[in-house]
Amino acid sequence: MAKPMGRDKTKPLPKVENPMKTLKRLLAIIFKKYKFHMLVVMLTIFAGVFANVQGTLFIQTLIDDYITPMIGQPNPDFTPLLLAIARVAAFYLFGAAATYAQARIMIYVTQGTMRDLRIQIFNHMESLPIKYFDTHPHGDIMSVYTNDVDTLRQMVSQSMVQLFSSAITIVSVTASMFVLSVPLTLLTIAIVFVMMFVTKTLASKSGKYFLAQQTDLGKENGYIEEMMNGQKVVKVFNHEKKSVEEFRELNEKLFDSSYNANKFANILMPVNARLGDVGYVICAIVGSALAIFGVTGLTLGKLVSFLSFNKNFTTPINQVSQQFNSIVMALAGAERIFNLLDEKSEEDNGYVTLVNAERKNGKLTETEERTGLWAWKHVHQATGEVEYKELRGALVMDDVDFGYSDDKMVLHNIDIYAEPGQKIAFVGSTGAGKTTITNLINRFYDIQDGKIRYDGININKIKKSDLRRSLGIVLQDTHLFTDTIMENIRYGRLDATDDEVIAAAKLANADSFIRKLPDGYNTVIKGDGGNLSQGQRQMLAIARAAVADPPALILDEATSSIDTRTEKMVQESMDKLMKGRTTFVIAHRLSTVKNSDCIMVLEHGRVIERGTHDQLLEQKGKYYQLYTGKTA
Amino acid sequence: MMIKTLGVHIRGFVRESVMTPIFMILEVIMEMLIPILMAMMIDNGINGDSENKMGYILMIGGLMIICAALALFSGAMGAIYGAKASAGFARNLRQAMFERIQTFSFANIDKYSTAGLVTRMTTDVTNLQNAYQMILRICFRAPVTLIVATTMTMIINLRLASVYLIAVSFLSVILVFVLKKTRRYFTQVFEKYDELNASVQENVSSIRVVKAFVREDYENKKFNRAANNLYRLFVRAEKMIVSVSPVMMLTMYASIIAISWFGANMIVGGDLTTGELTSMLTYCMNILMSLMMLAFIFVMITMSLASAKRIEGVLNEQSTLTNPENPDFEVKDGSIDFENVYFSYNETAEKPVLNNISLSIKSGETIGIIGGTGSSKTSLVNLIGRLYDVTGGCVRVGGKDVRTYDLETLRDEVSVVLQKNVLFSGTIYDNLRWGNENATEEECRRACELACADEFISAFPDGYNTKIEQGGTNVSGGQKQRICIARALLKKPKILILDDSTSAVDTATDARIRKAFANEIPNTTKIIISQRISSVENADRIIVMDDGCISGVGTHEELVKSNAIYSEIYAAQTGGSGDFDRKGEA
Repeated sequence: MAKPMGRDKTKPLPKVENPMKTLKRLLAIIFKKYKFHMLVVMLTIFAGVFANVQGTLFIQTLIDDYITPMIGQPNPDFTPLLLAIARVAAFYLFGAAATYAQARIMIYVTQGTMRDLRIQIFNHMESLPIKYFDTHPHGDIMSVYTNDVDTLRQMVSQSMVQLFSSAITIVSVTASMFVLSVPLTLLTIAIVFVMMFVTKTLASKSGKYFLAQQTDLGKENGYIEEMMNGQKVVKVFNHEKKSVEEFRELNEKLFDSSYNANKFANILMPVNARLGDVGYVICAIVGSALAIFGVTGLTLGKLVSFLSFNKNFTTPINQVSQQFNSIVMALAGAERIFNLLDEKSEEDNGYVTLVNAERKNGKLTETEERTGLWAWKHVHQATGEVEYKELRGALVMDDVDFGYSDDKMVLHNIDIYAEPGQKIAFVGSTGAGKTTITNLINRFYDIQDGKIRYDGININKIKKSDLRRSLGIVLQDTHLFTDTIMENIRYGRLDATDDEVIAAAKLANADSFIRKLPDGYNTVIKGDGGNLSQGQRQMLAIARAAVADPPALILDEATSSIDTRTEKMVQESMDKLMKGRTTFVIAHRLSTVKNSDCIMVLEHGRVIERGTHDQLLEQKGKYYQLYTGKTA
Repeated sequence: MMIKTLGVHIRGFVRESVMTPIFMILEVIMEMLIPILMAMMIDNGINGDSENKMGYILMIGGLMIICAALALFSGAMGAIYGAKASAGFARNLRQAMFERIQTFSFANIDKYSTAGLVTRMTTDVTNLQNAYQMILRICFRAPVTLIVATTMTMIINLRLASVYLIAVSFLSVILVFVLKKTRRYFTQVFEKYDELNASVQENVSSIRVVKAFVREDYENKKFNRAANNLYRLFVRAEKMIVSVSPVMMLTMYASIIAISWFGANMIVGGDLTTGELTSMLTYCMNILMSLMMLAFIFVMITMSLASAKRIEGVLNEQSTLTNPENPDFEVKDGSIDFENVYFSYNETAEKPVLNNISLSIKSGETIGIIGGTGSSKTSLVNLIGRLYDVTGGCVRVGGKDVRTYDLETLRDEVSVVLQKNVLFSGTIYDNLRWGNENATEEECRRACELACADEFISAFPDGYNTKIEQGGTNVSGGQKQRICIARALLKKPKILILDDSTSAVDTATDARIRKAFANEIPNTTKIIISQRISSVENADRIIVMDDGCISGVGTHEELVKSNAIYSEIYAAQTGGSGDFDRKGEA
């Protein structure tokens, strides 16, 4: 009955690249899981149409066949009428039951399909490589969930059923009309063509304005977003009146296109319905003429039947033309969904896994418990022999080349030797490639040339999930999730106890500010932690990495928004935590990198200097220059 | 309440809002005449026994065409007016919301997220636009159909009409009951739905974290659970809606059968003609269809209710800061006094963000503020321009409580360069003129020279006419900060506040900016928040903030000796510029 979340009228009809293929695939998905459901639905549609026809027939024959014969009779016999009513009542019951069954089943099919698609999309999305997220606007990805899945809803729940039943009706009515009168049928079909033509004209007209509306909406959206983002600046500069005026201009334009788009779309319905009426009148007049003058063998009785069919013919055609929009919308949505589903998942051919280990009689053995000792479990593919190798954190990059696309390298001949437990720092100007290097270590991106070895194992052989588990990472942009602070920190290690979480928060110096929040550790962070300062969010991210207790750590400007004094305190605890574990640090602040075992100076994707702080100062090169502000 | 808040925004489109239903009603009446004419054509024309059959048919046919034409006209007019009224309503809502947001104080702004406000102004308004159009075009149609059809049946035959009355009242009761339930269910559905989308959004933007912690499975499980939950809620809500249709159909069928049976009896008894019976049956359909329409609209409105509530929230949000009644329009000088100031963002917070701050700053003084993350440096300076109101105590500028000034006057004199600063799309000139609309090119250049921005702007191929992209993504962090400083300078304020505004500017340039300030605008009070000692060490006085309190005030030399926190920061930062990779941007 009702169709919640109908077609969003503010959107123009989008282009579908490959409608048939998309439709086939969509139907395949629905029919594969809901084969039985769909079969029953089709039967119920047949039953519904059949019952409906019986009902219409009953009303048509009611007067002529049952009532008229009784008029004027002294003792009218009501039995035939009673029987007919009983029969039609049975049909009605049957029809109502069929319709209800169909609607019930379609709920499961529609909602089930939507749920399955959502889950499928999400699970697939989670498997996609970082590259996908870096190269696709997040708004577009979101729109698959918020718009595209929704547009399927109307198509699956209504259009499909409607199309099917309309088709049955149209076919059977056309056939009946042809039997009654060929010329009148042709006339009716001609009128339908006129209706289709009008529909097309109006639709293309409104389509044009819908497109304009979309553009205007986009502009206005952009303006709103920009102003809302800079709202505090607007306040500080008393710029309110001016932005209101600018907004008014955009808003007027949007009003104009939106009004016109809706105008033409709205007119369609009454125009088509009235054309149907006109068609009816024409058929009646022409038919009467034919009958009265006895041409083509049309009788008056046949004409009456024909006219009722005429009405039954234009109604489903009107319905189909209205469903057309929603089908095109849905197919466009489905196509975007399939595009996402067809994206290639992150490949992982690694077979070396990371296991908890303990040392027994000087030999490493695998264990279930968390021992703090980790080992790489290397199952040799040829022999099936299992080898355990202690995770020590030695990381070697050997002549690595990398580019985000094959034709543009951003890193050239990178060599890095990190001994276990060392702190390696990367410095250099923005865009020198520091963050890119860390993206390679955890295999967010794969290198084009060269080798990266972790404890002597090529990282391509290590299972990605285990590789990443072995590396704690704190990123430049802190991302938090809508949940309590406790859960956000626990994200680092799901089985951490509350005490462990609090200990990690203390280590990151976050405990004191967390306790000041209204609900302490149970404060729910909303909207990516917008209510916390940048520095506070970074502290939470550090706590999250700390609770993970990883064998090695990557800190990408992890303390950039924390002031030097607090950073010093955090740093001290971090140094404690990182003792004996390999750490990669990216920072532009000297205090953060000074005590590193090795500092790499990067420029234009190349390591131009390397050494300890003192060694680099002695070299009087780029580092010296950066550090002292003097040219040597 | 909600209707009142939203209802005023149909202003300017009242005529359209009234005309739409009138035309729609006209259309309905014409539409209802058509079946009667059809029946007449068949009964008296085709099946009739008049002499001039063709003439009668042509006459009725002509009448039908006239009716159809009138129906078309009113239908089209209703369509046009409806489109205009609803588009206008949407326009007004957007405008009103935008204007309302412009009155928001910082505290109000903090309450909403950017994304949230954008959704309210776009998706939510569109929902209401569609709902309003529905209401105007169908909401009146359906009841009118109902009334007209019922009246007609009563005119034709009162006794048979009672069948409808029973059917309609029965259905109404059921509909009201079901819709009430559905409404509750759907509200839940949409809440869950929003949550689901929010969590997807989070996953998309935080995908690096998810992958780095190998939490794909965890997120999948979380999402699958939520998706299944949503599925269950959706199914429950839709089942409820679907259950209406068999009741509806059965009632309709029962009415048809009852009318057929009683009608037949009456015809035989001579109380009813066959034509009347046919009309009765047609009206039966009309009545029940309009009931279904009503139910459908109700569901639509229910669904847009959530949007309406969100919009209402923005429209009814009262600014937490108001202009005083008889404001002062002149700020005497740039002196600032804090007297026992307490401040917290949230009334329920256990601990105030600023705790009993008293402080006097002379006009023209240069003050440095330094302190740890969360030590409330920003909160302190935000009170000067009355971006927030104090919770206790008072802040005075030019000797008068900031709450006595006209807000615009005060903020023109107190120029803040915010920590989280933004440039807007437009040329550099456009951006600079935010500070002063009428600034000449020469004045803009001058301000940029002071802020050490002229050097790089002049090097751009388009110079000051270089287009800045949304969010200022085409200039570097350091460049952006310097343009922002220049923009603030153009206001020619009595008090200039730099909230960590040179963090991305290299030390040497930073020093040059400060030197220019000292030489060129000596009478302006300058407050500089920084994490760098070098940025504040030459200030007349430095305030060391710690945990919402002032830990020390004094010159660099004094503080190095006397203040533990300050000397600690100093020790941490000595030995180098403290800043590395931004150097290249100078």
